[in-house]
Amino acid sequence: MIDSASSQTLPATLPVLATVGINKRFHQLQASDNISLQLRPGEIHALIGPNGAGKSTLIMQIAGQLKPDSGHVLLNGNNVTGLSTAARARAGLARTFQVSALAAENSVLQNTLLGCLGAQGRRLGMFKSVMRAGKLREDAEEALQRVGLLDQAHARAAEISHGQRRQLEIAIALTLKPKAFVMDEPMAGLGTSGSAFLISLLDGLRHEAPILLVEHDMDAVFALADRISVLVYGQIIASGTVNEIRQNAAVKKAYLGEDI
Amino acid sequence: MSAVLLAEQILNGIQFGIMLFLMAAGLTLVFGVMGLINLAHGSLFMIGAFAAAWVAAATGSFTAGLIAALAAAAAAGALMEILVLRRLYGRDHLDQVLATFALILIFSEGTRAVFGSFPLFLEIPDALSGTVVLPGGIQYSLYRLTLIAIGLTVASGLYLLIAKTRLGMQVRAGENDREMIAALGVDISKLYTLVFALGAALAGLAGALVGAIQSVQVGMGEPVLILAFVVIVIGGIGSIKGAFVGAILVGLTDTLGGILLPALLTMFMDNSSAASTGSALASMAIYVLMAAVLIVRPSGLFGVRH
Amino acid sequence: MRRETIINSLLLGALLCLPIWAAFVDEPFHISLATRVAIFALAGVGLNIALGLGGLVSFGHASFFGLGGYAMGVLASHAQTYTPIMEIPVLIEGTNSMPVIWLVAMGLSGGAAALIGALSLRTSGVYFIMITLAFAQMFYYFTISWSAYGGEDGLSIYVRNTFPGLNTLDPIQFFGISFVLLSLALWLCARFQNSAFGLALNAARQSPARVETIGITPYRIRLLAFVISGMITGLAGALFADLNRFVSPSMFSWQTSGEIMVFVILGGVARLCGPVAGAIVFVALEHVLGGLSEYWHIYLGSILLVIVLFARGGIVGLLAGRQVFHD
Repeated sequence: MIDSASSQTLPATLPVLATVGINKRFHQLQASDNISLQLRPGEIHALIGPNGAGKSTLIMQIAGQLKPDSGHVLLNGNNVTGLSTAARARAGLARTFQVSALAAENSVLQNTLLGCLGAQGRRLGMFKSVMRAGKLREDAEEALQRVGLLDQAHARAAEISHGQRRQLEIAIALTLKPKAFVMDEPMAGLGTSGSAFLISLLDGLRHEAPILLVEHDMDAVFALADRISVLVYGQIIASGTVNEIRQNAAVKKAYLGEDI
Repeated sequence: MSAVLLAEQILNGIQFGIMLFLMAAGLTLVFGVMGLINLAHGSLFMIGAFAAAWVAAATGSFTAGLIAALAAAAAAGALMEILVLRRLYGRDHLDQVLATFALILIFSEGTRAVFGSFPLFLEIPDALSGTVVLPGGIQYSLYRLTLIAIGLTVASGLYLLIAKTRLGMQVRAGENDREMIAALGVDISKLYTLVFALGAALAGLAGALVGAIQSVQVGMGEPVLILAFVVIVIGGIGSIKGAFVGAILVGLTDTLGGILLPALLTMFMDNSSAASTGSALASMAIYVLMAAVLIVRPSGLFGVRH
Repeated sequence: MRRETIINSLLLGALLCLPIWAAFVDEPFHISLATRVAIFALAGVGLNIALGLGGLVSFGHASFFGLGGYAMGVLASHAQTYTPIMEIPVLIEGTNSMPVIWLVAMGLSGGAAALIGALSLRTSGVYFIMITLAFAQMFYYFTISWSAYGGEDGLSIYVRNTFPGLNTLDPIQFFGISFVLLSLALWLCARFQNSAFGLALNAARQSPARVETIGITPYRIRLLAFVISGMITGLAGALFADLNRFVSPSMFSWQTSGEIMVFVILGGVARLCGPVAGAIVFVALEHVLGGLSEYWHIYLGSILLVIVLFARGGIVGLLAGRQVFHD
């Protein structure tokens, strides 16, 4: 059940990212049940829910790794449901992974350059060195600078710390100069200082492109989110501002015993 | 071409397919459960054939030869598994391919060192020699008919094993999620060894049975192995049903293609050109079939998602 | 200078030394041996692009090796009998010119790689191995039944093909051609590895999901890599046919596919000069062990097994340490 109070007022501007009636069934399990979500310009929209609620399934359908049984995914009003993951990325959707997906044998800088390559379009040079000085390298180094990883530029991605890997994921997402971010548990496994840094980073990011933030870390959610949607058993049971969600009876029931 | 000839070729195709099934079933089980691609499976086929030929010649009994084939293949399989393959579970496909290719070299040359380069002969047992008359006036080799019967029996047995027994349940669960069944307390080691031994025995059986209708020589296993791969690609890896359907399709396509294509070409060219062009084209038939299936169903007809 | 660069230079230097020494002491056999090494290395360089850089386990590169060989065989045999290959609808005559043969060989193998790759790269890795193996087998059986070009017995070409300005019958000059082509291929490979294409391909091998989420489709770059890989191995096939002045279906056999893999693995997968090291060792083993025992494949198999199980980096890995993709 969607909290009717907040869904009544339609945004004056088009949502940057939206799902409309997404349904996905795995045999007996309805992993996604008529999910409609909007990500508005300039906002951080947190998606929370207990384990097994179907957050990953939803993210995969938004990113293009899974095809919904029915429903659409819209990016800036365009229906991207039929597009592949790569096509959606080119259209402006940047996604980070819960379990870091990186070219572990390559350096931090090379991983970031990869993002720049994706951003520049389809033609991949075959002769010139990719590490050469030029716009690509500048963009990559700038992204690394922003996430505070520039000094690790030449470290092997497999050897940097867990927190640094999360930062790298975000650096790569930055290079895409995306229209929207979809972040899957970026805080996962971070200690307090790592989280604090990431929170301030994401805080500044929302005005470049809105963020759909899937998170378990409630401190981060309350610090960052403009709006929260709660996913339980594949359904959005509530969607609204932080205070509205805090006071929502259905949400409290779903998180029975949890201190929110 | 007469209907009798056609019927006979269809039976040949089915018999060929059934033997391929024995190979493909073992391969697909091993990959489905252990995630292991085993190029040395063809060596097990060869070992079965050699064991059968040698023992049958020494004892005069085909049955003894069959038993020897099963035993030798299972033993070689166990040796392979314990010494080499165990270290490959979980490693990437390249390592598995290379290591099992190395095993082919060792087994092939080893067999050649023991038995020499000349083929051995395995006689069809007297009880099964000769022909039978089937409905429609078709005369067909009793031995080949027996092969079909044995193959169908094995196929049903496998089906019952996978669908109805506890072992089969573990196999099916293992195919879906390897880590899960370990977590559930299934003895992985034992399961893997059993599955591997089963696959090896099937290969050895196929080798022994086929050895009586073609010569037993070093290198006989690899062409069959590659055909079994074609079967698996068509049928879908991890699926016994797919292996069966794929095997019959491949068997029929190959056999009928070899007959029909040259016959078809005689309409366009003279007999000798038709024969040579036809047989050249026919040799490609099953691969064209494989390509066609891949275009429509990249994971095979009954592919299991991994 | 990096350790690996030094090792690479030493390997190429070693490959150069043998034939030069052999030319001085007038031992043409050893020059041919070195040429054999250079050609095998070239075939391996081709495979390494797909296998090492792309992570595509192709156990059917004999398809391209054989296509290159048969391109040479068909063209040269028609040239030597002065009969055209085709008259209708268009006149195609045979040729003895190496450059033309090479272009045809690469075109043919590249085209085959495009088709095989298009079919098999959409599926999972295991299927890819089986499908590449299967198609090589298809070519094998086809050429066996293709009696027009020798069938199972193969095809002999009596005259070595020509290269403008050189006497290709002179062993050292033919070695020179092979070595130059090998060096060119290595240079190309080195450029690919460092390029944007190389980075994307390498990343796709490690994490396809990552590459997709930045907007690049792994399928396309893999297909391109596979085609280039096929073309280079095809070129090696044409050279091999010229070296032996003989083409046979065995160029398509699974054993040949396996051998090309062995060159790459022995030397070290994905290492630039891995195939050079691997080819040197393989031909040396073939020559030395083969002379000692008829069953030397048992030793080859055992060595391969040991390397796969315990020394994954191969020879270059042993000498130059772990591969460095980053700076």
